[in-house]
Parts: sequence; structure tokens; C-alpha cells
Amino acid sequence: MAKAIAKKKPLAKKSNTIKLNFDTSWEYAPAPESKSAATINKQYDLFINGEWQQPSSKKYFDTINPATEEKLSEVADANAADVDKAVKAARNAYDKVWKKMPAKERAKYIFRIARIMQEKARELAIVETLDGGKPIKESRDFDVPTAANHLFYYAGWADKLEYAFPNRRTEPLGVAGQITPWNFPLLMAAWKIAPALATGNTVVLKPAETTPLTTLKLAEIIQEADLPPGVVNIITGAGETGAAIVNHADVNKIAFTGSTNVGKIIQRAIAGTNKKATLELGGKAANIIFEDAPIDQAVEGVVNAIFFNQGHVCCAGSRLYVQESVAKEVIRKLRDRMQSLIVGDPMDKNTDIGAINSREQLNIIQKYIAIGKKEGAEMYESSCALPSKGFWCRPTIFSNVAQSNRIAQEEIFGPVLSILTFRTDDEVIEKANNSPYGLSAGVWTDKGSKIFNMTKRMRAGVVWANTFNKFDPTSPFGGYKESGFGREGGLHGLLPYLKLIN
Amino acid sequence: MEKEIKKSSLKVSENGLEKTVSSKRLEVLKTYKIYIGGQFPRTESGRYYQPVSASGKILANVCLSSRKDFRDAVVSARGAVSGWSGRAAFNRSQILYRMAEMLEGRKAQFIDELIQQDATKAKAEKEVNLAIDRLIYYAGWCDKFQQLFSAVNPVASSHFNFSVPEPTGVVSIIAPQGDSLLGLVSVIAPVIAGGNTCVVLASETKPLCAVTFAEVLNSSDLPGGVVNILTGKPAELASWFVDHMDVNATIYCENNSETKKMIREKSAMNLKRITFYDKINWYTNEGESPYFIMDTQEIKTTWHPVENIAGAGGGY
Repeated sequence: MAKAIAKKKPLAKKSNTIKLNFDTSWEYAPAPESKSAATINKQYDLFINGEWQQPSSKKYFDTINPATEEKLSEVADANAADVDKAVKAARNAYDKVWKKMPAKERAKYIFRIARIMQEKARELAIVETLDGGKPIKESRDFDVPTAANHLFYYAGWADKLEYAFPNRRTEPLGVAGQITPWNFPLLMAAWKIAPALATGNTVVLKPAETTPLTTLKLAEIIQEADLPPGVVNIITGAGETGAAIVNHADVNKIAFTGSTNVGKIIQRAIAGTNKKATLELGGKAANIIFEDAPIDQAVEGVVNAIFFNQGHVCCAGSRLYVQESVAKEVIRKLRDRMQSLIVGDPMDKNTDIGAINSREQLNIIQKYIAIGKKEGAEMYESSCALPSKGFWCRPTIFSNVAQSNRIAQEEIFGPVLSILTFRTDDEVIEKANNSPYGLSAGVWTDKGSKIFNMTKRMRAGVVWANTFNKFDPTSPFGGYKESGFGREGGLHGLLPYLKLIN
Repeated sequence: MEKEIKKSSLKVSENGLEKTVSSKRLEVLKTYKIYIGGQFPRTESGRYYQPVSASGKILANVCLSSRKDFRDAVVSARGAVSGWSGRAAFNRSQILYRMAEMLEGRKAQFIDELIQQDATKAKAEKEVNLAIDRLIYYAGWCDKFQQLFSAVNPVASSHFNFSVPEPTGVVSIIAPQGDSLLGLVSVIAPVIAGGNTCVVLASETKPLCAVTFAEVLNSSDLPGGVVNILTGKPAELASWFVDHMDVNATIYCENNSETKKMIREKSAMNLKRITFYDKINWYTNEGESPYFIMDTQEIKTTWHPVENIAGAGGGY
């Protein structure tokens, strides 16, 4: 036996997967979600003190469907005077109502909002997809349910805060100014509002200017839930409106999700004040595949890591590190898999990759693709056809990327993956941690002890092992280093909205 | 120092013991140097300053540390992070306890220095005792705070998910100016108990204990570079403490609103974690808690799938 084994010639490594054949007459029939299940008003005012108020400038700006470039609605452009009104309403509600309300009652309001969100889930998903361009299957199965669950989770904390921080009493901070991004508009609004209300704060929230609609729908839900006026105020506008919130003297806390650059501007702006801040900023997550990983699962994970929500994800696995011995196989399988991704109409239930959120963002992505080519990396993109109208980007990967390349260092925020290779554990840790960011990371291996070795050494706030891009209301989320500070989700997500009293 | 010599020779002549002059030994004065990477260099700048006691007595020629000293110290501190944070929490606990033992053994020296720095004997004794006890307190926390502030999160999907605190890395600290020993110990202990390393700027006007404390650290099995202590002027060095791109967090213990503003502004450069301990009475229980440790911790959340085959029912 032993002799026979010794004599046996090593077989040429045979691929055990059959290349998927896409030249087939089998096509997915269109399965579009219906727009008629949602109502979008022609125009939206500002939601201040429980009622819809016209902006003092009387100015409105358009919000469009990035998949068709058609106008969906127009929303109010709030200026500093409107922000002041909203902050006053929030302060008044804090002092006179919300702070004094028994925590159990506060909880019930939040539960109620969560329930109405569930009841209107289909409508919210449709509006989210129309306004932001993300595939309906993602807004339906991820954004909206996760947002409602987040409110459910924190609602239950409202009357249990004395259990959360051993040996300390808690007090709310007051008025929270919250600014959300365009990649997960409703979900981010829930991430911001839920812990703020549960801990007894009141809120002035501004959604991103390209995706305000679901947050305005949430304002309608809040109204329907009879939340006392002023507890949540929703105002729309662009950067200037956000700056007015950040700089308002009567705001006690800033919670911001967005780019690292703007996060730094906020940090400077609130220097010299007592404002507390939570910043959830950019990322350039390393996703590491070891040679012993289940390769097919890992490839699926890589696809989810970088192409989920068109790569408009701060924690996207945008830097793939593959162990040299399996690099060829991983890249080949990844290319095959990319071919099978359905790119197109976000309202179609079969769509995997929808529209890029805005022309501005498409320009940024295209700029980085050009940089990648110029840097000498090898580019491959899916050969899918793209719709003639709207903003689109094919799923794209770059291999032969160097650690120093800009496409390996800077956040692209699109469906563009940079692939690098490595040989040893120490080498890949060095490379993975060589980034100013530290939001998330991933590792794929079959060896348990290696998983814990890697997850411990990676400098990131969320680490996914043999999975990627998973979220849950109970699970704290937030970054190390320049990816920001403070946590959202879980018990740890309460602290950014509380004072601890000795 | 000349004064000292005159004084002692005067004493000799007063007693009229001319014969014993040669046997009366001259006091050996200590050079107060800074502490970087487990060594006691002088400041690279060659500068010094002379803090004085209330009676006008010059305490010592103390190193006036420079920006370059700070950078050297950060290099040491960064180099020590991996080893120190990688130690077993139990081992860190042992070393903090050892620090307390060493401090206890040199109590008299600290009391003497505090008295030179204008404390009454009773107050000096109290401060040293509390400093020792504070080290013991945090020695005990080293392997416990993680359990208090960790969580296993009951996620809705088939995953095992947990969150644990981890050290943020290198912390720059501008120590309290007033309680030059107790304040210093109270800010260093939670930072290193949590596995961070630090560069500390001692009290400008009362720096003696800080340097002597470095000697305690040096004989406590604390790896070099984990705590680096500089002497000098906060007004000169504060901006470098918060400017440095390889520092993860800054702690500032005074209540100068201009400096606080500057610190928060400059921290934006690499988003340092900023903590102000400006109103803390280090003599009370308010001056110690595991929440001080948490001020320089990050929360890391880890996910792993749980096999979900055959309905994955309970094992009951």
C-alpha cells in the first residue's frame, strides 16, 4: 500500500467545478415589483414639531430615480432658520415631554413605530428602491426588515437602562442631531433614531439629499404613531443643512454616518463645545481567503462582500487578499460568478446589482477604475449589458494590485474589487492592517484556531469569519482608527446617547 | 545645589567638628531624566528647566522634553503594543500588582519628594498610599473588565456573534498638573491595564515623583515602551501629543478650554479618541472605575456561521 501511494504520480490539479454555461435559451423572465403599491407625494415639506412645514426659503429640490433619471418628487431645502426651528421643537419636546415620560411609555411609542414600519414594509421597500437604485430584493429582504427590527430591539431597552451599565445611573444627553447617508437611507435612520429615543433623547435628523424619501415616509409613520410633537424632526437638505445642525449651539450630540472627510470636518467643527459625537465613516475592508477555505463558499462571500448594494457599503470587502496557492482558482471562479450576476432594473425581483446611486458617485467610481488601469492592475468586468438610461457600473475586479496602489488604499464605494495575494499569516495581517481605516474585515479558512488568530489581530470593529456583510440589531457596529468611533447596535449602541452618572 | 553644599558645610562648622569634615559624606543628588523604551535618556534637545518649590528652592534640573523626544517615545510605545496587548490579562494583572509592590517599597522616597514639592507630610503619605492602592485596584481589573463589557449577541440569523473590548493602541497622556503622583498613577493604570501603551507628560511644576515612578516601572517587569514618561511643558508639547499620526488616543487632564479645543480640532487628523478628565477628584472613589479602562478600548464584534443542517434544533 505504502509503496503504491509513494509511486502514485501527483495528479494535475483538476477543477471540480464545471464552468457555468451562460449561452442558454433559459432566461429569467422579468419579475418587476409594482410601483402602484407605493405612494410618493409630489412634494415634501419639513417635518418639524409633529407637522409638515414649508421651508423658510420656499425652495425645493428634486429627488430622482437613479435607474431612470426620472424625477420622483421634490423635497424642501432646509436652511439654518429651519434647523433652528427643528432644534427648538426638539428641545421643547425633550424638556416638557420626552424626558419626563415614564420609560415604559417611551418604549411603547418606539414599538408602535416599528410595527407600522412592518405593516408598510412593501411600500417602504418600493420607495427605497426607486429613490436609491438598490435591488428590490435587498430593500425588501434586508433594508426594511432590519430597520424595523432595529426599532423593536431598542424599544425594549428604554425601561431597562439601569441594567446596561453596572454601578452607574444613566441620563439622556438632550437633543441629538443626526445625519444619515444615501446607501441605506431607511436603515440608517432607524439606526440613529431607535437608540436615541430609547435612551430618552429627542432628534433632528437629516437624510442624504439624493435619498430622502423613505425617511420622509418614516416621518409619516411617526406622525401616524402619534409620537409627541418635536420628539423626532426630519428635515431635508444638502451639506449646508447638515452643517447648520452640527453647528447649532443647542444640539448636545452629533451622530453622523458618511465619508471620513466630512467626519473629520464635523470633529473639527464641534471642537470647543461639549457636543458628544458618534462617527461611522469610510472603510476599505480586507477580506482574506486562505488556501484551506471552502473556496466556493468564499467566492460567494466575496461577491456578497463587494457587490452587495452596488458596493455602496462602508464595510464592503473591497480589498481581497488571496493566498497565492489558490489565487488562480479564486479569480477564475469569481469571474465566472460575476458573469451570472444580473445587473439592471432595481425593481426586478431577480436583479442582483441595481443602479449607482447618483451621477456624482458614478463619476467617482469611474475615476477610480481609470486610476486602477493606469496603476497597471489587470481589470476584468462582467460582460452584462447596461440600460441606456440611469447610472450603471458593471461588477469589476482588479487583479495584480499592489498594496501601495490607490485602488488598494482608498475607498471607492462602488462594485469594484481590488485583489492582492499573500503567502503567510504574518504577511497578510501586516497588509490587511496597513490602512487608515478599520471598520470591518473578513477571513475565510476551515481552521478554527486560525480564525481566532486572524480575527483577533485584524484591527477592525466588525470581523466576519467565513461570512461577510451580516448585520443585526443586537450586534454592535462601528470602526477603529479613521473609520470613526462609537458603536451602533446592541447594548454598546446605547452608550453614545447617555451620560453615565456615578 | 550649591546651596545644599554650603548648608552641609555650615552644619559641620557650627558643630565645630573640624576633624569629621572628611567623614561627613556629601549627598549624592539625583539626575531626573526621562523614561523612553525602558531606558533613562536625557532629552535629545539638551534643554532643562528648574521647577521650584513654594519657598523658592530649585527642585532639580529637569529635562525639558522636545517634540523629538515625544516622537521617539511614540516609536517605543508603538513597538510595545503588540507584546503588551498580547500578554495574558492575568500576566498584566501580575505586573500591575508588582508595580504596587515596588511603589510600596519606595514609599519614603515618594513622600520625601512630595514634601519637596510642597505637600505636608500627612498629605504626602495619603497621596502615596492612595497611589499604591490604585495600582492594586487596577491590577485586579486587568482580567475582569472584559467580562463586564463583552456581550454574546443573540442575532436572528444562524451565526455566533460576540463583542469584546480591545485596546485602542498608543495613548498620549497629559497628566494632571496638581496631584503629581496620584493623578499620574490614576491615568496610567487604566490605560495599561487595558493593554494599551502610552506616552505621558508629567506635571510640569511637580515632576519629581513622575521620574521616580518611572524607576518603579523599570523594576516591575513592565516591558520597556509600555509606559514612557516625559517631563516638560504642556504648553509646548500638547499640540504634538495630539498631532502625531501614530497615536490612537489622547487623554488631557486639565481644564484649559483653549487647549481642549485645540486637542479636539487636531484629533480630527486621524480621528484620535479624545478623553478629558478635567473635573475628577483623584482622592475619592470617583477617581477609579472600570469605565476609565473603557475610555481607551474599542469594541470588536466577530461573526461566524453556525451550521444549520436538519433544522438545527436544540440538543434537548
